[in-house]
Amino acid sequence: MHIPDGFLDGKTAATAAAISVVGVGFALRQVRRELPPRRVPLLGLAAAFLFAAQMVNFPVAGGTSGHLMGGVLVAALLGPSAAIVVLTAVVIVQCFLFADGGVSALGANLLNMGILGAGGGYLVYRLVSSRMRGLRGQVTGVAFGGWVSTVLAAIGCAGELAWSHTVAWSAGFPMMASVHMIIGLGEGLIGALAFAAIARTRPEIVAERTPASGGTLPGGILRYGLLVALVLAVFVAPFACPWPDGLESVAAKLGFDVQGASAIVHAPAPDYRLPGIHSAAGATALAGALGTLVVLGLALALGRVLVRKSVKDLSKESKQEPPC
Amino acid sequence: MLKDWLGHHHGHHDSAVHRLPATGKLVGALMMIVGTVLAPWEWRAWFIGMVVLLLMVMVLSQIAIWFVIRRLLLLSPFVLGVIVVNALHAPGHGNWLALAARSGLCLFTVVLLANTTPFGKILGALRSARVPALLVTTLALMHRYLFVLLDESERMRRARASRTFQRQRRVRWRVLGTLVGQLFVRASERAERIYSAMCARGWK
Repeated sequence: MHIPDGFLDGKTAATAAAISVVGVGFALRQVRRELPPRRVPLLGLAAAFLFAAQMVNFPVAGGTSGHLMGGVLVAALLGPSAAIVVLTAVVIVQCFLFADGGVSALGANLLNMGILGAGGGYLVYRLVSSRMRGLRGQVTGVAFGGWVSTVLAAIGCAGELAWSHTVAWSAGFPMMASVHMIIGLGEGLIGALAFAAIARTRPEIVAERTPASGGTLPGGILRYGLLVALVLAVFVAPFACPWPDGLESVAAKLGFDVQGASAIVHAPAPDYRLPGIHSAAGATALAGALGTLVVLGLALALGRVLVRKSVKDLSKESKQEPPC
Repeated sequence: MLKDWLGHHHGHHDSAVHRLPATGKLVGALMMIVGTVLAPWEWRAWFIGMVVLLLMVMVLSQIAIWFVIRRLLLLSPFVLGVIVVNALHAPGHGNWLALAARSGLCLFTVVLLANTTPFGKILGALRSARVPALLVTTLALMHRYLFVLLDESERMRRARASRTFQRQRRVRWRVLGTLVGQLFVRASERAERIYSAMCARGWK
């Protein structure tokens, strides 16, 4: 879902760029502070890895194929700040070297794939993996977080396109959300399988990032949460709640002074209470919630299938010394 | 095949456009893109001027036209879908023709920039524009090892394909997952070796 140039208008591109500069700047500062120098080359290699991994297509229903976005997988392995830096590098190289994703839409693409995808997905991963101890929790978190990150990125994309009047929210949101709710299943499955494979061959890579060992400060996580909330509030909330109706009523109230009494008779928004709008929004929300619950169940089952060991074995396993 | 596609086989050519300073080309391309995005669709002169200018640059830099056309026609389903939905749903306001023309022209600009300017030069321009050093280092390492890892994944896929005889769906997913995981393990091992090599050469 790389947005090309010309799909976003000036104000959307500028707003998205401003938020992603703040987010990426914060991630860079965090990485400089936390990452030991010996892991600096790993950022570049992880970016190259992600690029190569994105070339691996997986089959999606209906003969089409999707590819890994990988934000949550990298975030689970290297931490959220490093993942945002890695995804920034990937998106920049895709833009300038392969003309995939526009230059003026760079900010929006960073926002969708880096901050919403990796940052938001990591929050979900962290939430799940802190509830369930051990590798099983991590694998479940990667699976569920991967799905959520894909859907979040798609929703952000739909919001930005709606902001620029390219695709109306009523058309773009259901399409983007439903398609990516399916693609996200592949993302979660591949991410979880890859994470489990890494844990099998090199447990110390995974152990370095277990939530129990700390690593990222809770403050950092809080800030990513705020950032994700800000993005959703700016780009998505105006469409998800009956905001246009609210604006109409405000305009009517302001217009009341100028236009006189006739405005107040006609303007009070009866649209607000239209049962159709409310039930439709409610139905969408209900469907979304149900889908999310189903995927969470699938992720739990996947974690159970992939990690059949008891927690005790795992803690023993993760204390192994690195072979170098 | 993949590399053929991704690679910039025109990057090694030499022409007047190739020899221009990278910073100038980068700034010029950025200005052209911003102008194209912001210009109202009624300013036909701007869009026609862009087409003429880009065609001139293409001829001067000796880039084959079929190469550019092939890239322009390779639209992702997402881009195609947005244009189609826009054409069906919003007649008038967000003219789909304007949408296609804008993105096409910007794509043309980036393709020309990428194929006349080595990525290292673009990184140099970024560094002098005070982009944080950590990001530039990451970009440089990524660019250096991109094709190495692509080759590595290709070799792993070939090795897998020559050993896997069943085509069951469950196995296929497992294989894909293992492939991605193994690729990360190899990348991180390579990163450790690179760090040792960097230290041995006096990094920091």
